Amino acid sequence: MLAALIIVFREVFEAGLIVGIVLAVTRTVPHRNAWIGGGLVAGILAACVVAVFAGALSNLFAGMGQELFNATILVVAVVMLTWHNVWMARHGSELAGELRAAGQAVVEGSKSLLALAIVVGVAVLREGSEVVLFLYGVLAGGDDSTASVALGGFAGLALGAAVCMLTYFGLVRIPMRALFATTTVLIALLAAGMAAQAASFLEKANWLTLMDNVVWDSGWILSDSSFLGRALHTLIGYTDQPTAMQLTVYLAILLITFVLMRLYGAPAKTKAVARA
Amino acid sequence: MSLSRTLSKAVIFAAVTALLPLAATTAANAQGATEIQLSYKDKKFDPAEISAPANTPIVIKLKNLDAKAMEFESKTLKVEKVVAGASDATVNVRAQKPGRYEFFDEYNEKVARGALVVK
Repeated sequence: MLAALIIVFREVFEAGLIVGIVLAVTRTVPHRNAWIGGGLVAGILAACVVAVFAGALSNLFAGMGQELFNATILVVAVVMLTWHNVWMARHGSELAGELRAAGQAVVEGSKSLLALAIVVGVAVLREGSEVVLFLYGVLAGGDDSTASVALGGFAGLALGAAVCMLTYFGLVRIPMRALFATTTVLIALLAAGMAAQAASFLEKANWLTLMDNVVWDSGWILSDSSFLGRALHTLIGYTDQPTAMQLTVYLAILLITFVLMRLYGAPAKTKAVARA
Repeated sequence: MSLSRTLSKAVIFAAVTALLPLAATTAANAQGATEIQLSYKDKKFDPAEISAPANTPIVIKLKNLDAKAMEFESKTLKVEKVVAGASDATVNVRAQKPGRYEFFDEYNEKVARGALVVK
C-alpha cells in the first residue's frame, strides 16, 4: 500500500504544485473555478485516453512517440504561461483594482483563464496517464493485495490535492500587490523549466543532438530525484545534469518573456513590468 | 487588445519556440550506437545485467512480455519511459562513463531491478 501511495504521489505532486500556483494567480478573476475545474476534468479525461492508447502512441515516430508527445504538450504549456505573463503585464492592474467588476475585465479575464486552464489540463494529462496505467494494472491484474494497493493509490491522490492546497494557501498569504510580482516570476521560471524539459525529451528522442553535452553534474549536492530536487525541478526546472541546449532554452524563455512583457506591457505602468 | 493581435503574438512565439529545436534537428539515429535487447516478464528483467562500451550512445530495445504496463526508469541514466502491456519500446541512452547504472520498473521498484554495466 505504501509503495502505491509513493508512486501515485510522486506523479500527482507536480500537477498539484502547478494547479496551486494557477489558483493563486487567478484568485481575483471571476468564474475562475469553472475554468480551472474544466481544465482539471479535461486533463483527467485526456490522461485516460492517453493511457488506453499508450502502446500505439509509443510506436509513433520510430518508437519515440511518447517523448515527442511530451515535448509537444510542454511547449503548449510554455506558450500559454508566457502569454499569460505578457497579458498580465498589460491588464494585471485592471484586474487587481476595482475595475475587475467591469464587464470588459471579465471578458478579457476569461481569455487569460483559458490559457491557464490549458496549463492545468496539460499538467494533469502528463502525470495522470501514468497514474491511470498504474492503477489500471493493479485493479485489472488481480494481484493478491488489490484493495490495499488501490487504497494507497487514492491516498497518494489525496496527498497530491493537499500539496495543491498548501501551495495555494501559501501564495495567497502574500499581499495582493506583491502577489502579482511573485507569480510573474514564478510563472516565468515554471515556463523556462518546462521548455528545458521539452528540450530534454527531444534529446531523448534523438531529435535534438546539438549542444547535448552535460554542462555540470550537481547530483552530489542535490539529486533531482530527491524530494527537494523534484519540487525544484517542477518549480524552477532544476536538473542535476543539464545539457548546454537545456540551459540555452531555459535562458531564452526567460529573455523572451522579459522582452515581450516590456513590448506589450501597459506603456504607462512599466514599473510593474520590470520584474522578470 | 484585439483577439487577432493576441493570436498573432501567440503564433509568433510558438513559431520561435518550435523552430529552435527544428533548426537543430539531425538524423534520427545516432551513429554507432550500441543496441541491446532486453525483455521484461513477471517483474523480472532478462538479462538482469546488460553491458555496453563507454562513451558511445546506447539503444535499449525493451520487450514488455507482461500484460500490464510498466515504467522503465533509471535515475542515473536519466531515463523514464512507460511501456504498455505486451509491447515493445525503444529507449535512447546518451553515451556514458564506465560504471554500473541501475534500472527498474517504477511500478515494482523493490523487486523488478536490473543494471547496465558500462565498460
